[in-house]
Amino acid sequence: MSRLRRIAQASSRDLMILAAVVTVLGLIPLGVSRFTLSVATTALIFALAGIGWNVLSGFAGQFSFGHAAYFGLGAYTVAVTLTEFSISPWVGLIVGGVIAAAFGLLTGWISFRFGLKGAYFALATFALAEMLRLTFNNLDYVGAGIGITIPLAGGDDWGRIQFEDTPSLQYWVLLGIVAVSLVAVIAITKSRLGSTMLAVREDEDAASSLGINPLRAKMAAISISGFITALAGGYYTQFLLFIDPDLAFGPFVSVAILLRPIIGGVGTIWGPVLGAAILSVLGEVTRSLVREPPSFLQVIEGVNGLDQVLFGLILVLVIIRAPDGVLGWFRRRRQRSAV
Amino acid sequence: MSSILSVRNATKRFGGLTAVDNVSLELGQGEILGIIGPNGAGKTTLFNLISGAMRPDEGEVVFDGERIERMPPHLIAGRGLVRTFQVVKPFSGLTVFENVMVGAFLRRPDPLESEAHALSMLEFTGLIPSADRPAKGLTLASRKRLELARALATDPRVLLLDEVLAGLTPTEGAEMVEVVKSIRDGGVSLLVIEHVMAAIMALSDRIAVIHHGELLAIGKPAQIAKDPRVVEAYLGEEFQIAPD
Repeated sequence: MSRLRRIAQASSRDLMILAAVVTVLGLIPLGVSRFTLSVATTALIFALAGIGWNVLSGFAGQFSFGHAAYFGLGAYTVAVTLTEFSISPWVGLIVGGVIAAAFGLLTGWISFRFGLKGAYFALATFALAEMLRLTFNNLDYVGAGIGITIPLAGGDDWGRIQFEDTPSLQYWVLLGIVAVSLVAVIAITKSRLGSTMLAVREDEDAASSLGINPLRAKMAAISISGFITALAGGYYTQFLLFIDPDLAFGPFVSVAILLRPIIGGVGTIWGPVLGAAILSVLGEVTRSLVREPPSFLQVIEGVNGLDQVLFGLILVLVIIRAPDGVLGWFRRRRQRSAV
Repeated sequence: MSSILSVRNATKRFGGLTAVDNVSLELGQGEILGIIGPNGAGKTTLFNLISGAMRPDEGEVVFDGERIERMPPHLIAGRGLVRTFQVVKPFSGLTVFENVMVGAFLRRPDPLESEAHALSMLEFTGLIPSADRPAKGLTLASRKRLELARALATDPRVLLLDEVLAGLTPTEGAEMVEVVKSIRDGGVSLLVIEHVMAAIMALSDRIAVIHHGELLAIGKPAQIAKDPRVVEAYLGEEFQIAPD
């Protein structure tokens, strides 16, 4: 217990930042339309998934290109436990997290035990996510390609995590889950576990020469990572009230998950949240630009898919300017001025 | 003197090459044992066998009464036998302080305790001014100090130093020699690979000479310097090439 208290002590600065960030994010629903709120909720769901990705790929340095696997397992667990067994999604979220963590441990053990690293590990994670997508696409028990629809509870229902009358609540509950996950990540970064993950990311031989078991560090990272990303997937089901194999396990889901921490700052505490904020603002700006362009750009009005092209272009520019994300860019500038 | 580390008849072959050939050594408690020999003599391979990075084909390694030659490196380090690398391996994406924290955490799960310990190791190695710098920007001398600070932070009982003086200026080298001496005075036994003759002669209690993978001679520095086999195999050779 005293160790936990010491970790909390060491984290006090980050916990204060967290309080500020949560307060600001918590104010969003007060002044926006229902549509903007749903954009913000989606952003937060993928921020949460990115927080999970960042534990394995950012801190422990094992680049995953298939986090849709955990996202989808979380999403389907919530759907199946509710529709088949009438289990509350609260329980479903936790069970989904545990299943995803177990999946991570099993597949991670096989991959790491046989020394998969870098691009090969990334490909393995991609293949595993695709394998799950194809399996669920053909599994009648989970609705195969049609997917699963969550029955409406009607009105606000805390047990079912459905807030038809007060959609802000859905956002705030999610924000609470994000906050708890961030507390966990902050604690990890201040603890021995976080230090061993960083060491393994930087140099496995040096890490083991200092008494670190690299396999164990990676296994810890993959299970925590899978758990958090599965929470995001489970909440996604609750938000859409629907899930199908593409929404759960599709390759674009994996990309959407890893893009946020990469834009915000890989291996930083705040990167995934910052990246999610940047990407959703950017997405909305390009969309509205194409919908209602200024007069000198009339030609682009309503051109199908142009907003996505713009989005992609700006993304490429950002990545060229800041390959280690916005926070990484700031850190490098600070270090340069310090030296 | 009771020995804390024994290498018994260790042999390691790479294909047709016998890199370490039937080598036996004892490292006494609190001793500094220097290991010298020409490039390619098998010194670093011997370190790899002791630290668990490689397994010997034959022979055994006993640390504090326990056979360790089949253990993975992290378990050996966990028991208190820690090495540094000839080609230093700093965690370059981390700051100097974070590097040393990795070592400090090994025996101190409490983050504040390990922080205090890491700081005292940085102070001991003179790295406090660079504590918050990224490790990748350090000079070679500082990277070598960092390698040492990180290893020391694990509270080793035996430390294997692989050429911590190589590439340092004479001043930097002299400072490093003092650091190594005070590590021994702190109760750590050391196995030291070194090419800088003057330093290793002054530093070591005994010296082992490795040549073509075999233990050519072992004894007090003064004896080794006079040993005709050693002079022929190594020291003579050393004078033909430019000294470090």
